[in-house]
Order: sequence, then structure tokens, then C-alpha cells
Amino acid sequence: MTVSPTLDERFRAAAAAAHLLDVAFDVITDTPVGPLLVGVTDHGVCRISYDPDSDHHLEALARQFGPRVLRSSKPVDHIRRELDEYFEGRRRHFDLEPDLRGLSPYNQKVLAELARVEYGHTTTYGTLAALTGNPRAARAVGTIMNRNPIPIVLPCHRVVGASGSLTGYAGGLDRKEQLLRLEGALL
Amino acid sequence: MIPPFETFYASHRDEIFRFLERRLGRQRAEDAFQETFLRALRAYPRLRTDDHLRAWVFTIASRIVVDDVRRRKPNAELPELLTEDGLPAYEELAPLTDDLPPKQRAAIVLRYGYDLDYDAIGAALGSTEQAARQAASAGVRRLRKEKS
Repeated sequence: MTVSPTLDERFRAAAAAAHLLDVAFDVITDTPVGPLLVGVTDHGVCRISYDPDSDHHLEALARQFGPRVLRSSKPVDHIRRELDEYFEGRRRHFDLEPDLRGLSPYNQKVLAELARVEYGHTTTYGTLAALTGNPRAARAVGTIMNRNPIPIVLPCHRVVGASGSLTGYAGGLDRKEQLLRLEGALL
Repeated sequence: MIPPFETFYASHRDEIFRFLERRLGRQRAEDAFQETFLRALRAYPRLRTDDHLRAWVFTIASRIVVDDVRRRKPNAELPELLTEDGLPAYEELAPLTDDLPPKQRAAIVLRYGYDLDYDAIGAALGSTEQAARQAASAGVRRLRKEKS
């Protein structure tokens, strides 16, 4: 006998309801940019990844937030809903708290500044660097964008090169272009 | 370092469920299953090593079986606390702890074999929580010294 899916889901839901998880995660399968792995803690959304294979994330999540990492869909529901609305063009701003614990102070500062870049607008790596008090750190900002733990919600797709070229995106340039088109920032 | 809980749970859920089902029947096994892994989750951040994780979760399941039987038939003979391998938890720890003074050995077995908290261990040994904690840590220190 193996554990029935019903019992398995019941345990996963009970674990989340009892606040016993450091990270709950689930995979949202049907988005226009492909499946997304989403992680959430009691502090907020802590991970969005274009790589939905949870095996690639468990260790890193455990190291950063604690070992009680478990797939559980309920805690991810509100994130799924906001992402759905965003992809349908009905949401321009996420009401989600990011959980950036464990990142360096400068990293957090840059991501906080990134969070202020508005829907449908773009900025440059250099501008973000200047806004965080370090005008020559465009390259460092690029690295931070590349490792953004919460893409889409923290809109690193809105950061482009000084020449206006899209430059790069951890999820692939196609997706960056797709998101900017969705927001009307690219024609 | 202990593995992410998802990995631990995925490795052991089926065998734990089979174990509980054999002892309690399907219906009661389902409640016991959830309780086993919820207890494991509560204790999980306090684990220091990934040694014996399987024995550990079977011990938790065994205690839930005993509690369940006791609740339903207060006067029934209690089944031996068995792990899946058929060895009681204290037997599994025996090769490690045999040479310790009796009180230290008992404290370690109850703490790490049966996952009792120090309050319960103190009660079981007829002493205090603090004495139980000291006995267990003295035992662990001694084992470390012997093993190194």
C-alpha cells in the first residue's frame, strides 16, 4: 500500500495550517510563461522560478529559510491568484510581501528599489545602481537581477541596458520580451 | 545537515503508512499517519544529524500506535514498542550506549530512541527535568570522546 493522494494532500494542508513549515512551495503549471515554482514563508513570497523541478530548489530553500520545506498548495493560493490576474492583464501591482531574509543588505536594497519600478515602465541597470547610491555598480546590479529570487513580482524584466537593448534575463530573453509586451512596454 | 523535509517525507511516507495500517487498520492508520508526520515536523528543526532518520520516524509512529491502542483499550496488553526492523528502539541504540552508566544510557535512549522531552524523561527516571538533561548531555559527551 502506498499513501493515497487524498491522505498525502491532507497531511500537507495540515502541516501548513499548523504553521509548521519554514517554506511551502507548489508548482503553478499553466501560465503563459510556462510552469512556475512558487515558494512562500510566514513572512511572504520567497521564491519564484522558471525551473519547476523542485529537486533543484529544496536544498537552497532549506539552507536559506530552514529545513521544513514541503509542497503544499493552500499557502500558495493567493500568489497563484495574483499571478493569474497579472497574466490576464487585470493586475498592475502585486499585493505580496517579498521575503528576502538571508540576502546581503546591498542585495536587499537593490531589490527594494527594483520593486518601485512601475508596471509598463523600464529602467536601466545604471539607473538602479545610482538610485542605490552606487552609480558605478551597474554590473553588480546586473548580477543581482540575474539572481533575483522572486522574478515577475520583483520586476527585473523591467530593467534593460543603457542602449535600450533587453540585455539578459535569467528566465530567457523570450520571457522578458513576453512580459514587457504584456505590460505594453514593448510594441 | 538534515535533508529538506520534503525529501525525508517522500522517502518514508509509504513504509510508515504500511506499518501503521498493519497495526491499526486502514481507517485509524490515516489519522495516525498524519499525527506521525506532524510530530516529526515539530521536532525536525531540533535534529542535529541525518543519522537514523528512518529509525526515528518509526519510533514516533510506534509511540502513536501505543497511544492509540491505550486510548481505545485502557486495560489491554501493550504491544512492544517495535521499529520496522523488529528491534525495539533501545536495542538499536544498545551497541552505542552499552558502556555508559545506567542513568546516562537511559536518558539517551529515551531522548534519542523514543524522542521523549526531558520533562518526560525526568519523570520516567524518577528524577527532574534538569537531571535528565544533564545525564543525557554527559552521556553524549562521553560517547563523543569514545568515538573520537
